[in-house]
Amino acid sequence: MRALKWALALILLATIGHAADTPVLPNYAEVRPGVTLSFPRDHGAHPEFRTEWWYITGWLDTEDGRSVGFQVTFFRTRTSTDQRNDSAFAPKQILFAHAALSDPQTGHLLHDQRIAREGFGLAQASMADMDVTLNDWTLKRDANGRMTTHAGGKDFALDLGFTPTQPVMLEGEEGYSRKGPLPAQASHYYSLPHLLVSGTVTRNGRKAAVKGTAWLDREWSSAYLAPGAVGWDWAGFNFDDGGALMAFRIRDAQGQALWAGGSYRDAKGALTHLAPGDVAFAPVRRWHSPRTGTDYPVEQNLSVRLGPATKEWRIAPLFDDQELDSRAGGGPVYWEGAARVHGGRGYLELTGYFKPLKM
Amino acid sequence: MAADMCGLSGVATRWMIAGEWRAHPARVILAALAIAVGVALGFAVHLINASALNEFSRAVRTVNGDADFQVHARTPLGFEEALYPKLARTPGIAAASPVVELPASIDGKVPLTLLGIDPFRAGLVTPNLMGRPVAAETTQTAAPPSATDNALGETSIFLSQAALLALNKKPGDEIQVSAAGQTLAFTIAGTLPGVAEGQRLAVVDIATAQWRLNRLGRLQRVDLKFVEGADEPRVRNALAALLPRDAEIVNETTQERRTDALSRAYRVNLDMVALMALLTGGFLAFSAQALSVARRRSQFALLRVLGVQRRALLFQVLVEGAVVGGIGAALGLGAGLFLAQGALSFLGGDLGGGYFSGTRPQLIFAPGAALSFFGLGLLAALIGSVLPARQAAQAQPAIALKDAGDAADPRRAPGWRIALALLLAGAVCAFLPAIGGLPLFGYISVAFLLAGGVGAMPLLARVLLTPLQHVTFGVSGHLASKHLWGAPSQAAIALCGIVASTSLMIAMAVMVWSFRNSVDSWLVQILPADIYLRVEGDDYNAFAPDVQQRMATVPGLQSIHFRKVTPLRLSPDQPPITLLAEDIDPANPSALLPLIGSSRPIPDGAIPVWLSEPATWLYPYRAGDYMDLPLSGASGSTRVFVAGIWRDYGRQQGTVAMASPDYVRLTGDRLRSDAAISLKPGADSASLPDAMRAVMPPSLAGRVSFVPSRDLRKLSLQIFDRSFAVTYLLEAIAILVGLAGVAATFSAQTLARTKEFGMLRHIGVLKRQIVGMLAAEGALLGSVGVVAGIGLGIAISQVLIHVINPQSFHWTMETRLPFVLFATVAVALVAASAGTALIAGRRALSGDAIRAVREDW
Repeated sequence: MRALKWALALILLATIGHAADTPVLPNYAEVRPGVTLSFPRDHGAHPEFRTEWWYITGWLDTEDGRSVGFQVTFFRTRTSTDQRNDSAFAPKQILFAHAALSDPQTGHLLHDQRIAREGFGLAQASMADMDVTLNDWTLKRDANGRMTTHAGGKDFALDLGFTPTQPVMLEGEEGYSRKGPLPAQASHYYSLPHLLVSGTVTRNGRKAAVKGTAWLDREWSSAYLAPGAVGWDWAGFNFDDGGALMAFRIRDAQGQALWAGGSYRDAKGALTHLAPGDVAFAPVRRWHSPRTGTDYPVEQNLSVRLGPATKEWRIAPLFDDQELDSRAGGGPVYWEGAARVHGGRGYLELTGYFKPLKM
Repeated sequence: MAADMCGLSGVATRWMIAGEWRAHPARVILAALAIAVGVALGFAVHLINASALNEFSRAVRTVNGDADFQVHARTPLGFEEALYPKLARTPGIAAASPVVELPASIDGKVPLTLLGIDPFRAGLVTPNLMGRPVAAETTQTAAPPSATDNALGETSIFLSQAALLALNKKPGDEIQVSAAGQTLAFTIAGTLPGVAEGQRLAVVDIATAQWRLNRLGRLQRVDLKFVEGADEPRVRNALAALLPRDAEIVNETTQERRTDALSRAYRVNLDMVALMALLTGGFLAFSAQALSVARRRSQFALLRVLGVQRRALLFQVLVEGAVVGGIGAALGLGAGLFLAQGALSFLGGDLGGGYFSGTRPQLIFAPGAALSFFGLGLLAALIGSVLPARQAAQAQPAIALKDAGDAADPRRAPGWRIALALLLAGAVCAFLPAIGGLPLFGYISVAFLLAGGVGAMPLLARVLLTPLQHVTFGVSGHLASKHLWGAPSQAAIALCGIVASTSLMIAMAVMVWSFRNSVDSWLVQILPADIYLRVEGDDYNAFAPDVQQRMATVPGLQSIHFRKVTPLRLSPDQPPITLLAEDIDPANPSALLPLIGSSRPIPDGAIPVWLSEPATWLYPYRAGDYMDLPLSGASGSTRVFVAGIWRDYGRQQGTVAMASPDYVRLTGDRLRSDAAISLKPGADSASLPDAMRAVMPPSLAGRVSFVPSRDLRKLSLQIFDRSFAVTYLLEAIAILVGLAGVAATFSAQTLARTKEFGMLRHIGVLKRQIVGMLAAEGALLGSVGVVAGIGLGIAISQVLIHVINPQSFHWTMETRLPFVLFATVAVALVAASAGTALIAGRRALSGDAIRAVREDW
């Protein structure tokens, strides 16, 4: 579950027709349980659904032994554009993407973004396999399953390859992931944890070779958010022993969990599905952003019930200031940062703390 | 002390100048004023032009946004959108923003440019075209606002502040947008804060524009941004290789060249007319200085006898000229600024020329130009002083001491070689071609003719007055003609100012009169129908096919012909040519087009076009040639055959006329911009407009005006007169300066002859007879001036008509002479000369004769 996801629905709001004729709105496909995901088809786009993303986060180790975090995300959204609009520019599908680099030496995030309406080959997402193009940014999967991406801009550029070391991890019930009390509030969701990363990071015109581990989240849905939700906390960790954990909670205006969930796959590959009652986030320390005045619970205790036992992890950020302010490009303010737990590394995402995310 | 024994001290110089001016203030003031008028006119015209041009390019820049450069369609029909991704992917291009651009009208009353943009692309290339949605931001959006329904909404429109003001609307209001023959409802979603003040612009989503306004598959332009540090010429070359025939690369330089070319000839011509006024001022300064020197011959001779060197005298006179010129030029700058401000607010930036409609430019002060016009004024005064100064320096002191009269020997025929050489040079220059589209040699020719004409004055005066030597008109007449015959250089000095201003004024008048008559008879030819339909705001897509059909069924019509008038960019250096598609019968094109010569037989299968006269000046095509039109339509070939040339005073940048069916075949475009209606005999023309409007969509009906051809002719001539308003004004000023020159010259000469009058009184000539003599002298001189001025004026007018006009405006006309004006000018000049001579004479004779003679010390 990722930052921009819910708000994407914004774009989809039906335009109130002033013209005498009523617009022909798109019929969004519904997320249903019991749909078997098949690959490589489901690595590709699902344009009949309202929103979709390819979300990669991870840790990179530089040659001089330092660790930095990174994020590369491609979003696709199907808008409420009148289906009769025959223009090749008709914004029926919009692609946008964020990339960020978390370097403790920099002390804050470097980030960049792209947005375009699909068309003319300048912005497109294949339905056959993972193959997304957005201006000069790309994300592709080759026949061997290795993925490559190019993203970045003026401040930095990422040219990274991702080699899977584990099978696909289906979230929720065989890839049907509930997001709210209603069955329709759900997404198709799978992850690829423990991706082996190699590639380069370019900064100030200098290319540096990096290696590391990353996590891919893939989700698509048409109806997502429960009414009353203002934001969410999400965490995904690759453990050193080969285990993987994903957990999230959706918060209301009082900060209470409206819904929660996740999954844990141990080193042997045994998968545990986490119900709303199995996941609890408890803030330990807040960081106050001097720029936006927002307080983020950057250090949290994450409790997960695994069968009879409850495991607890202390989530600690790589550094505090990993706030991403994309207002200049019209996006939201949120916190998206590299974080550690005992025996593992991953990412923590905190949304809706600056202002409620609009649906 | 700055000067030694051989020179004049600074104090002496000052003292002598001040003394002379105290004695004859009017002459100094007039000379300064003549310079001031020239400088003021030149400076004002320059300021107005610069301000107007700046305003115009601001408007062009507004519509274009702040892109580095753009690929622009050559016609409003646009180019294939498939070009856009190719441009976007070209190495060196950072971002490409596709744009649909078309003329629109809001609520059937406010015309403006409508742009369809992709905000995601425009945000990177032309951020000043981005709309700011007016919406309460209580929550944060997780996607860029440009991605929200506000910007992408199919009924959202963003308006510039000026457009909102003109409509008296605010964000949230609903408006009707008419464009490309459609009318659609939009909601004002917000403003365009990046658009310059005063510019009317509307922005919608590109997909909406393409889909709802029937513009699918086509773009008018792609705005482009270079990668930082890109090799720009190389990128441009790479792009040029991709372009289809109906697109071209445009950047600020070519855009400015176009803007400049649009009105350059008009502006340069105004500048030239203003410089001519300055030249006249120079002549007047010359005559004033020459007279002042002549009067002080004995004074200067005395100074020479006292040991002052020639150089010092030369310097003295030049300093006088410089002071007069400096004062005049400074006055002129102030007056010019004032004049420019007034003209901008009353006439507009094009001085009524019709080049920059709808803008009220801000006056921009130009220090550089101010300096150069000051210099020109000073120079005119100095040059005007050089000859008199040399004369003062070279006079033999012994003779000059005794004699204050004309130094020339009356028995020697005046020189003619220099004058003839100047006139010949003028004639040769008239046959040289334009330089950079400007008739520079034409103006040099005018200057030579003027100088030659003035130089020939002594001879001409002698030739014209010789027959009068043997005719007796009584004492006064005889004395007058003898005096003038005997003092030819004095006569010439008096004449040169008159002749210069009269001939220029006559030349302009002949040209304008010829032009007006040619336009009038052309209007009769070009407007054969009864009623013409015009749509406000240059909407060349006003009439959709279904509307055309309905209009044709209105009762009372004999025929209705729809026309398409649309810009076509043939060359990146030239403003767009006009493409005119109307119901021309290829077998009989002269029914609609005033052809020059005949139309050629059309080869089998060729598409005929008829070029207007200006088009043949601007482009290398002649009747019988083939040319390629940058159109891309259903059929592949756009090669057309130039079947003939026609006269068109309406569009200075050239027109290609073609038959409507050929146009549709080439472009598929069936939208039309205006219409001509012929009524059945006896049909009621009064009820026609209502019947017509009833079958039009309301948004169009409100913008259509029905103009009877007779009114249209009247209107056209009014526009013509307005565009020459400044010319008329300059003419009037030239006449006034000329008359003032006459008055100054005569009063000066008369005052200088006090001794002569005293002598005449002594030998028994009556006061009345002397006054009569002076009046006769004035009338004679005036007549010589009139004959010379009109003759020279007609000669110069031929340069204007056959050289300057075709070279700058690309049209020809037949000479017509305004005899009424000639007569008026002749009478006015003769009367003014006689009158001022008379008045000056009375003043000169008011003292007693004895004292006058005693002055001969």
